[in-house]
This record gives sequence, C-alpha cells and structure tokens, in this order.
Amino acid sequence: MEPQALFDAVKAKFGDSALELQSAGCRPAFVVVAPGSIADVARFLRDDPAMRFDSLMCLSGVDTKDRFAVACHLYSMQHRHAIGLKAYLPKENPSLPSLDAVWPAANFMEREAFDLYGIVFQGSKDLRRILLPEDWEGHPLRKDYKYPESYHGIKV
Amino acid sequence: MKANIPAEALHTEEMLINMGPQHPSTHGVLRVILRTDGEVVVNARPDVGYLHRGLEKIGERVTYAQFMPFTDRLDYLAAMNCNCAFAWAVEKLAGIEVPERAEYIRVIVCELNRISSHLIAFGSFTADMGAFTPFLYSIRERERVNDLFELICGNRLTYNYARIGGVSADLPPGFLEKTKEFLDYFEPKIDEYNDLISYNKIFVHRLANVAVISGDDAVAYGLTGPNLRGSGVKFDLRKDEPYSVYPKIDFKVCAGTGERGTLGDCFDRYMVRINEMRESVKILRQAIAQIPEGPVTAKVPRVFKPAAAEAYVRTECPRGETGFYIISDGTVNPSRLKIRAGSFVTMNIFEKVTRGLMIADIVAVIGSFDIILPEIDR
Repeated sequence: MEPQALFDAVKAKFGDSALELQSAGCRPAFVVVAPGSIADVARFLRDDPAMRFDSLMCLSGVDTKDRFAVACHLYSMQHRHAIGLKAYLPKENPSLPSLDAVWPAANFMEREAFDLYGIVFQGSKDLRRILLPEDWEGHPLRKDYKYPESYHGIKV
Repeated sequence: MKANIPAEALHTEEMLINMGPQHPSTHGVLRVILRTDGEVVVNARPDVGYLHRGLEKIGERVTYAQFMPFTDRLDYLAAMNCNCAFAWAVEKLAGIEVPERAEYIRVIVCELNRISSHLIAFGSFTADMGAFTPFLYSIRERERVNDLFELICGNRLTYNYARIGGVSADLPPGFLEKTKEFLDYFEPKIDEYNDLISYNKIFVHRLANVAVISGDDAVAYGLTGPNLRGSGVKFDLRKDEPYSVYPKIDFKVCAGTGERGTLGDCFDRYMVRINEMRESVKILRQAIAQIPEGPVTAKVPRVFKPAAAEAYVRTECPRGETGFYIISDGTVNPSRLKIRAGSFVTMNIFEKVTRGLMIADIVAVIGSFDIILPEIDR
C-alpha cells in the first residue's frame, strides 16, 4: 500500500487525529497522529485487512530539542509493506497511550523510551526503568540532560 | 516409597531465587528473578541493563564514521554483521552507492561471522545442556574463522572492518582460497555435530516441547531471526527485504518443522541455527565464485554530512533483525541513533514462555534464544 493511500485511509477513519504524512527524506514515510489517538490508530493499522501491520519493528523515543516524539516502525508480514507511525509530545509531561495491548513487543521498547526520555505510556502493563538503575535521576537521552557528578559515591 | 506424612503437615511456600547476574548459563550478565513453587517456575522476570554503556548517547556525540568501532561492541560474537548493518543503514540514509566488490566482501565476512556466531550458539547451548565436548569442537572451528578475519583486518573479535561506502581494505592475497579450504573442512563437520549431539536422546528430551512459541506469538512479540523462524515463520530479511548482493545468491530460508516435538519449541530454534550454517556455506561458495574485481570503497567526503533525513534500515544478523533508526539533521553527528537489537526484543517474551517450566528448562530457553547481553543493554 502506498503511504499516501494509507494516510488517506487513516484520515478517513480518524479525521483530525491524523495530522500529516511525513514523506520527504523519510524511509519509510511517517503517518503523524495526535498522541491521544495513537493506540486506536495502531489497532486500526493492525486489524484492517488492507493494512495488517502485525509486526512492530521498532519503537523509539526522539528529542527534537523543542519537543519529543515517539516513532514506531511497522511492518506487515502478510502484505510485505512498511510504514512509520509518529506522535509529537510536548516537553512538559510527555505522555501518550501505551501500545503494548496492540503489539506485545512494544513493552520493552516503551520501557526503554520511558527510561531514557521520560516519556510516560499510559495504561502500560509494566512501566519501569529497564536499562538504568531504578534510582537513577534524569533521562540521559534528553538533549538537555546534565551528567551527574557521581552515583552512590562513585565518580561518573 | 510413599512417606507417611499427612499433607497438611508439609509446609510449602514459594521461593524467590536470583539467577545471575553472574551465572554461567545466562550467557553474560543477565539476571533472572525466579519465583518458584518447588522446582516449577511460577514467574521468571528478566532484569537487564548491567552492561548499559549508553551507545545511543555516544552515537549523538561522535561522527558517523567514528561510530563504526562502537558497533563492534553491540554483538561482539557477530561484529562483522553489526559493522555492515550500520554501514548499510548510513548508506541508505545518505544514498551512497557501494562498489560491487565491497558488497561481495561484506556478504562473505557476514556469512563467515554468522557461521562463527552460530557455532558459539551451538557450543554454549550444548554445554548448558550438559554436553561439554561439542563446545570444544565448535571453538576449534571458530578459531579458523577468527584466523581468516585476522588476515583481513588484524583483529579476532572486534573488527572495525566496514566503512561507510565500502570496507577498510581489499581482501589479502590468498584469502578466498583459504576461505574455500575452510568451507571444505567445515561442511562435513555439521553432520558430525548432528551425529554427536543433535539427535542424542537426552539432548532431544531436554529441548523438545519446551517453551513452545506459536508463529503468531513470535510475530506479535517481535521475535526475529532464528527465533522467529524456529516457530515456522519463513521470514528472512536477506530473502524478503533483499539488500546488498543477496538477490544474486541462491539459498534456502531455514524454518522449524517440529521434527522432534511441537513446532516452535527449543529444539526447532536450535535446529534452525544448525541448518543455517549449511546455508551460509552455500552462500559463501557462490559469493566466492561470483566476486568481481574492482574498487572496495565509494567516494565519501572526509567531512561527511548527510542531508537532513530519517531512515530505519534493518538487516539480518545472527541474532535477528538489527535495525538502525538514524535521524540526520545535516550536521556531522547523527541527531538520533536508535539501535534495535534482536536479543533485546526477544527478552520481552521470556516471562511469558517460561511460566510453568522447570528451573532447568530456563537454562534451555535462554540457550535456545541465543541472546547476547551487550546487544540487549547497549
């Protein structure tokens, strides 16, 4: 399915929640949606017979300096096509619905985005830090992250 | 003998056991928190992150070319594959055309590394299952692959061989002949492994019908590589999303068949790796026959600034799909460099498949997933 046709289908179903199609310089193209609707759009992309995006390849947090983003890369084993799904979040209290009920694979990747960016996935079945110690302060992949001097008396 | 004790007099309770982070069968610093009822696992929760080095943060602070040695440290048992995966990703991002000879060299080193990585998977897995001899055999064969890599780039573990636009140096004289010699030596060994251990009754009993993953679950949980194919899903990026010169090469995608138990059990995952080594030999023979003469690097500017773009590029590594999501903002550093590693995503299904197994089966499951910790923790 072509990205434009796919975006039109999402637009027809979700109206204003489908914000834009980012295709210039993107491989694959991104369907940008409002953060609140991402789980519904994801479910539609997974279940619609023409889409069948049954595989979540990758879910990444992104810091674009003025806002955060969550970028998902989807693939359909049946139709052998790929698309990106993206939602932009504000710098203050970034949060959006969790995708782990749609793709169980999302859980670890969401935990990673939570750990390293502080993005909260509402309704996640298990949202804890994953790579860093539980008492670590801050989210290191944020662009404005300040490196700590020490951790438990150990010089960093 | 039945003990003559009334049932209510037996005091039983669940136990919480720490397996790892320093445990020989967890293949590195993986910690599993086991809640057990006697010998039965009620819940096994993986705790990862002990090897976290912040590679993605480092990636934002170094140039594209400088990140190449860090990819060696992603999956050190398949450093060539990680090198090439990163090079392919940056090349797709920036639209760089790579000379054909370089692509053939990459395929040759990737498949050699796949063999050596699967050898470690095979050897350490069988050692975990209590058979130590196969481990020595696999290390013996792997040594010869290391010797070949030493000829190419001087290193035996972390190669730093691929470059954006090609490879760092052409193959040394006599390399292809030596590789052929290795293949002639190695191919019959696979049958030897099968005679030695694969169909050993005890070994099969330890693996068959243990931790069965259905094809649908494998896809939904994002399993990739041999773990996905072990569940009978014939999906291989080399075939289904072809890159480099793989379309010019004839090989078979190996998938589990449930030959000794249920489709998608530990034995199927193990067998996929054994069969893939045979296919890698086939690929190598064809690549050696087809490799053309020519340059091995494209012209890439010394100060390399790809235009602002985003790309997610994935390739087939021995432990599944290794994907790089790179965002370029037109400067010398990537603005975001996300690494999607096969082993990391695989650990997500661990808690689900280990429920109700015996403690000894946990070791079998970890071995059958063939995880590697530096790739999980990054």
